[in-house]
Amino acid sequence: MGYHLNFNLVWRHFDKLLNGLVLSLELALLSILIGAVIGLTLAVWYVSAGRFARGLISGYVEVIRNVPLLLLVYLVFYGLPTVVNIAYDATTSFVLTLSLYSGAYLVEVFRSGLDAVPRGQIDAGRAIGLTPIQRLAYVRLPIMTRISLPALSNTFISLFKDTSIASVIAVPELTFGAQWINNTTFRIVEVYLVVTTIYLIAGYMILLLLRLVERRFRVER
Amino acid sequence: MEVVPLLAIEQLSKSFGSNEVLKSVDLSVSAGEVVTIIGPSGSGKTTLLRCVNFLEFYDGGSIRIDGSEVGFRDGSQRRRRTERDLARMRAETGMVFQSFNLFPHLTAEQNVTLGLQQVRGKSRKDARDTARHWLARVGLEHKAGSLPSELSGGQQQRVGIARAVAMEPKVLLLDEITSALDPELVGEVLDVVTQLAADGMTMLMVTHEIAFARDASHRIVFMADGRVSAEGSPDHIMSGADGNDRLEAFLSRFRGSRI
Repeated sequence: MGYHLNFNLVWRHFDKLLNGLVLSLELALLSILIGAVIGLTLAVWYVSAGRFARGLISGYVEVIRNVPLLLLVYLVFYGLPTVVNIAYDATTSFVLTLSLYSGAYLVEVFRSGLDAVPRGQIDAGRAIGLTPIQRLAYVRLPIMTRISLPALSNTFISLFKDTSIASVIAVPELTFGAQWINNTTFRIVEVYLVVTTIYLIAGYMILLLLRLVERRFRVER
Repeated sequence: MEVVPLLAIEQLSKSFGSNEVLKSVDLSVSAGEVVTIIGPSGSGKTTLLRCVNFLEFYDGGSIRIDGSEVGFRDGSQRRRRTERDLARMRAETGMVFQSFNLFPHLTAEQNVTLGLQQVRGKSRKDARDTARHWLARVGLEHKAGSLPSELSGGQQQRVGIARAVAMEPKVLLLDEITSALDPELVGEVLDVVTQLAADGMTMLMVTHEIAFARDASHRIVFMADGRVSAEGSPDHIMSGADGNDRLEAFLSRFRGSRI
């Protein structure tokens, strides 16, 4: 064992990692917000849509779920601008990709959440004379959101980890920061030990925070 | 002069697939009347009740409340009402459910104010005052801020009653409202219903509480096999309605217990 761990070079560039972590969190948060809008819209549309629209929505979900995220990142960043005349930087491109990606998963989350709203509570909304839109706004969506919270938390934690894939298109998030330090200092073991620890701690903090939120909004069914 | 009933059900029929659950049911309820439907399970009682506010679509016959057909547009053709129109019609009836069905994300008070604000168009303050009034009437003013999960079954059901009654429905439908309750909680709910009856609320209810049906109703309807098998005053029905075999068989299950 001739290798001696030396973290000094990693600490010297620690700001790269901190900035990277902040960007990773931002990417995940922005993507889940946009993804939630996509997911919610499509889920609500799905449950009231005809066969054709349902087919389209299912198609979107299946494509996203069966294509590796890495490939989607390449397709959107390198492929899309060549086909259509648009230009965006790597970060925008990645947010777009991850939003579409989380959107597909969230369609399923919200759709099963809507299905899980107890029939009786919808009947109660009917019985007091709520219109379908009012039932959606005041009964189905609020209950669905609470039912979906645990799955939503899991999706967010997955997305946070998936942001590391943005490093392949040079988005300066946490993993890219690690690669940069590694390329500069060649302290590969130290860098990845530190980065792994950062992912672990950050992910666990997020989990604890989301569990608190879940407990606050838990509903008895 | 003939009195027009508040609720008039004529030749109502309804099937689930090939299963005919209601076979030409006739039933009318006058304003201020309390009518109870009893009968063995599977006889169509709950389905009948759910047709009255169109939670269930009915295949044939008519249901009129105050002269207006419930599920279909007025006129000769049998055209289903639009959802908006149906919502308006449903607000004319109130319903209390066997499994309470309170909105779990709303407090007791918000359960009551939701319909008042969104359907009746009351201001926040008016809705709140009305909700407080009715929660007090069912003995739960101190629970206004509680979520359903923080209430006992009996308390939840009383909120359910407040939610329905606060809308000032023309008819209140009660669907086995004590069946899901522990025996010791049944009394508090039935007391509320007795008070409403005394106030002149028009009610159509399904119950397995035979003794309560006898004491609280003006009229009892015995249903069997999707039909009205016997109908009359509580005394008339409880005495077996002139030798109606199915009624006798049904009542014999309760004899010797609490009746």
